Amino acid sequence: MAVPRRPTVRDKEEPALAEEHYPDDLRYHPEHDWARIEGDTATFGITWYAQDSLGEVVFFDAPEVGTQVRKDEPYAEVESVKAVSDVFAPLSGEVIAVNEELEEHPELINEDPYGRGWLVRVRLADPSEADELMDAAAYRDLLQSQE
Amino acid sequence: MPANESTLRTTPLRDRHLAAKAKLVPFAGWEMPLQYSGIGSEHLAVRQRVGVFDVSHMGQLEVVGARAEALVERLVTARITGLEVGAARYGVVCREDGGCLDDVIVYRLADDRFLVVTNAANHERDRDWFERHASEFGCTIRDRRDEFAMLAVQGPAARALVASLVETEGASADPLPLLPPRMRCRTLRVAGVTALACGTGYTGEDGLELLVAPDAAGALWDALVAAGAQPCGLGARDTLRIEACLPLYGNELSERRTPLAAGLDFCVAFGTGFIGEEALRASAPPAELLVPLLADRRTIPRAGCPVRCREGGEAVGEVTSGTFSPLLRRGIALAYVPRACAVPGTTVDVEIRGRVHTATVARKPLHRTAGSAASSDDDGRAG
Repeated sequence: MAVPRRPTVRDKEEPALAEEHYPDDLRYHPEHDWARIEGDTATFGITWYAQDSLGEVVFFDAPEVGTQVRKDEPYAEVESVKAVSDVFAPLSGEVIAVNEELEEHPELINEDPYGRGWLVRVRLADPSEADELMDAAAYRDLLQSQE
Repeated sequence: MPANESTLRTTPLRDRHLAAKAKLVPFAGWEMPLQYSGIGSEHLAVRQRVGVFDVSHMGQLEVVGARAEALVERLVTARITGLEVGAARYGVVCREDGGCLDDVIVYRLADDRFLVVTNAANHERDRDWFERHASEFGCTIRDRRDEFAMLAVQGPAARALVASLVETEGASADPLPLLPPRMRCRTLRVAGVTALACGTGYTGEDGLELLVAPDAAGALWDALVAAGAQPCGLGARDTLRIEACLPLYGNELSERRTPLAAGLDFCVAFGTGFIGEEALRASAPPAELLVPLLADRRTIPRAGCPVRCREGGEAVGEVTSGTFSPLLRRGIALAYVPRACAVPGTTVDVEIRGRVHTATVARKPLHRTAGSAASSDDDGRAG
């Protein structure tokens, strides 16, 4: 008798893993973090490449609201089954919101790294820092050169 | 691959792994699948149904001679004398000072023939060690690593799945009783492939390990997957064995650890005259013992993290393996801790990346006892 292939004893759907992509409306940091700039605030997260390298995220150790983050410096940790990794701030500012959904569902970082897997929202200290970040094409080039 | 990088060995199943979208990584000089659909999914598949692992990187040595039993008895801590043909035993290969060189499973194929399955990273050293002692017993050592591919089929549905692929005489014969029970081995035809089937494993679940000729491995893999076995990689192999509290050479076992400190007393047969026996007999009880830890919420102890007892004392233990258990949804670890706190229920302090977090000493194995009051210990590597 063949054993059924699909899981029958799981309490949630098998997640659809994100396809590799780097949205054009974001800015990218060489440590594999992205920023979505919205006037004088920005949302940060990690790129598809970062979540793919980490594997399944199990914990996101978020900073507190009010924390000052500095461009190019780590502000949080993301932990997967096999490793823990620093998350780097692409821009400087003050944390005004943290994605609380990640407490119970850290896997959103893998499934939807640019959407529901966002990490923090920040009030920018110096929006001109964005000029130093890469666009999607430049980031893709960076990834290619790393292979 | 860059021209100046040494080439990794590959198993006969490399194209199957690529077709199944595996992430391939270097491991002990081999290119091996780390994961396919994801470590969590694969881990749960083995705990709940059945997974299949390519473990062809492991080594095999054959010991042949009229006094083969005596040679293996001398080199392995387990009792080998009287081991029946078709039976298997887990044991440790020790140095004279009692330090571990490898942990192995020994299979008796005939009165004068044993198969020893070695860890990939230690295979050449094990072979040299066996060869060095072989002449004293008039035995020959054959390195059979290149003659075997190995697939592990593990999980509550593993036996039924393998049985469904076994050929029987007559249409109504039930193949399930043909499978070797735990810690036994026999030759069978599985999906048309001749296999040495062994009732062993490294996951804490029931299951079998199948040794086959390399050019038959692909057909067997295809049949197992088609019948419902989920491909599982080294990532899940590690989370499963940590959860089952099974040691890994290089982490829990090394030349500076003895099998007694690692809690492997059950396979150390004093009185059988193995190399290292005198040193172990003369040694003081180990100051540190290997225990499983359940981490507090949202932390994962990792190898190298210091562990301290609360009841005072300066002794500092060490985590040797740590990961996230997809089943228990928390960090788990194996650690050497000072003897005084090596008691289930004890709270210990683990330093993880500069911060101190608490963890609790648990009972083995974690996947059966975490959260429950009592259990009996799992007796070693056998699935």
